[in-house]
Amino acid sequence: MNESINIPWLVGSLVAAIAFVALNASMLVWLERKVAGHIQRRIGPKEVGPFGLFQSFADGLKLMSKQLIVPECSDRILFKVAPLLVMVPAIMSFVVIPFSENLVARNINIGLLVIFAFASVNVLGLLLGGWGSANKYAVISGARAVSQNVAYEIPMLVTVVTMIMVTQTMNLNEIVLQQPDIFHWYIFRLNASPLMPVAFLIFFVCSMAETNRAPFDLGEAESELVAGFHTEYAGMGFGLFFLGEYANVFIGCSLATILFLGGWQSPFGVFPGVWWFLLKVYTLIFVVMWARWTFPRTTLYGLLNLSWKILIPISLFNLVLTGVMLKVF
Amino acid sequence: MRQLIESQSDETFILNLGPQHPSTHGVLRVKLQLDGEYIVEAEPVLGYCHRMHEKMGENRTFAQFMPNCGRMDYLSALAYNHGYVCAVEKAAGIEVPERAEWLRVITVELNRISSHLLWFGAYLLDLGGFTPLLYAFDDRERLLDILDTVTGSRLTYCYFRFGGVYNDIDENFVPAVREFVARMRTRLPMYHKLVTKNIILMKRLEGIGPVSAEMVRKYGATGPVARGSGVSYDVRKNEPYSVYPEVDFDVPVYSEGDSMARYKVRMDEIEQSLRIIEQGLNRLPEGPVMAPKAPKILKPPKGDFYQAVEAARGSFGVRLVSDGTNTPYRLKLRSPSYSNLSLFGEAAQGMLIADAIALLGSLDLVIPEIDR
Repeated sequence: MNESINIPWLVGSLVAAIAFVALNASMLVWLERKVAGHIQRRIGPKEVGPFGLFQSFADGLKLMSKQLIVPECSDRILFKVAPLLVMVPAIMSFVVIPFSENLVARNINIGLLVIFAFASVNVLGLLLGGWGSANKYAVISGARAVSQNVAYEIPMLVTVVTMIMVTQTMNLNEIVLQQPDIFHWYIFRLNASPLMPVAFLIFFVCSMAETNRAPFDLGEAESELVAGFHTEYAGMGFGLFFLGEYANVFIGCSLATILFLGGWQSPFGVFPGVWWFLLKVYTLIFVVMWARWTFPRTTLYGLLNLSWKILIPISLFNLVLTGVMLKVF
Repeated sequence: MRQLIESQSDETFILNLGPQHPSTHGVLRVKLQLDGEYIVEAEPVLGYCHRMHEKMGENRTFAQFMPNCGRMDYLSALAYNHGYVCAVEKAAGIEVPERAEWLRVITVELNRISSHLLWFGAYLLDLGGFTPLLYAFDDRERLLDILDTVTGSRLTYCYFRFGGVYNDIDENFVPAVREFVARMRTRLPMYHKLVTKNIILMKRLEGIGPVSAEMVRKYGATGPVARGSGVSYDVRKNEPYSVYPEVDFDVPVYSEGDSMARYKVRMDEIEQSLRIIEQGLNRLPEGPVMAPKAPKILKPPKGDFYQAVEAARGSFGVRLVSDGTNTPYRLKLRSPSYSNLSLFGEAAQGMLIADAIALLGSLDLVIPEIDR
């Protein structure tokens, strides 16, 4: 789109992205604890600040003031790099996400590709963190995280390819512009493919599995693997994994919003803007939290069976069906 | 099932599950030899919480040992109280008033429900579901309040005495228990809706950790573990004690032998305990709660006595050898979790870690009771 690189705008947006990731994560932690509290008939945090809003800032301060303990036998470099490998790609992905028509750091034509390229680096962070900390639980967890991510990236990417066939662009803002009101949201475009709602479901489940969220949080299954890949991490090392998880949840939900739910477009065609985008994203995030506090955890083979035997065949079928529909109509 | 490497080699590695691990619930250590995530060999290592309860029993008078009973299986302390007082009463030939017998049965069954509720919550926590724990604790809290008013403590009860119970109930007890029974009857369907019929839970438990009836007999497993494998053995029915012969209740038995069967047995037992409690409240006679002629200092005649009761985890047996003095010559305690755990090594072979956790949790272990 805009060819010239506007350096101040880019730096400004990067700072804004980092600030947003941190702020968003702390708010999501607060929200998660409140949602969990109400689902479990408790109140949740309420002491620090109004409605306990500053609870996560207090937690963050505590994490930052803690010593970064590096275990003696660990691979020091990998151990320290791993949290960054989770956090940095997450922040980079924010660069291409259109919050509204103009509120996007770099509106580039391969936005979708950029996000998936960065999302794949995330796994590397988990694996290196597990391997580098020289802990048996962490190693098992790292191996789990990789097989899980590989298994779920396939149906996710097949679904995204289907979407690209329909939208004929990888520019996220253009995808949003194609969905001006609720009847043009891709989730309801049954003329493009009758399986669109299923595609949305597959995408949503896969993004949940990609971000290691319950019920797919096998990597950090605390009843089996203590804390998984971040068992040995203290202080902000753990904090970065934690922030990265919430940033990834946000990215997954915003992608689902952009691809299927009209992004920043209003459902009624009036007052489009950033508020619609945030409303939709946070609704999806609420669903993610809801699932986490309702379901028990799956097992690794249950998870892989779901991916290879159900999600991949359906998404492949959807791909073929969409191709035929596009050719015929 | 894939071909597993036979013995220790470079291909396997040892993982110490515990003694500090979130799902061993205490200080159990399981030495796992793993091939990838498959378990080649599992060996439970015990003794981290050993307090020599049996030896303590030999060094103190009969009455002084009473508080120890609540500190072995702290989740069904009253059943342990019951086993011990029954054994001593058998030895000393003490008659217990009927009201005390019924009070014992009612409180023991209340305690059984609270134990099963805690197991339900903790087991779901093992399986990664956090919310059911808090629902179960909500119910359990009401139960503990009720038991608190009669026994004076919330967990490590010491309510029974030789010849009766320590304290009569107050006027609030019966309505409070009736209210709890009614409430629990509405809560159980909710548990089944939220948890039992959850597809993820069914996938995780059905067919996982099969324990055959043969294995149950080989290792002497009792309680819900045995009844989940089709062995219909319940001390309350098979070797009746106290007033259980007069109570009408069923023993839930499932023949599948998997973790789901053990889960269902416990959930059904909550229902049966509610039935027993209701009958107990209806039939609670007036009268003393303590035998008037019960001696203060006991000196049972020489002899060898055994009494088993059905605790929440299975058959709890007390073997009491008396030499005619005011301390036991030998006090051997048979705790159910010890036998139930012993089958873990065989049952866990060839399983994945995640399934082994589901199996370990379904055995409902209380570690201080294994170590005593």
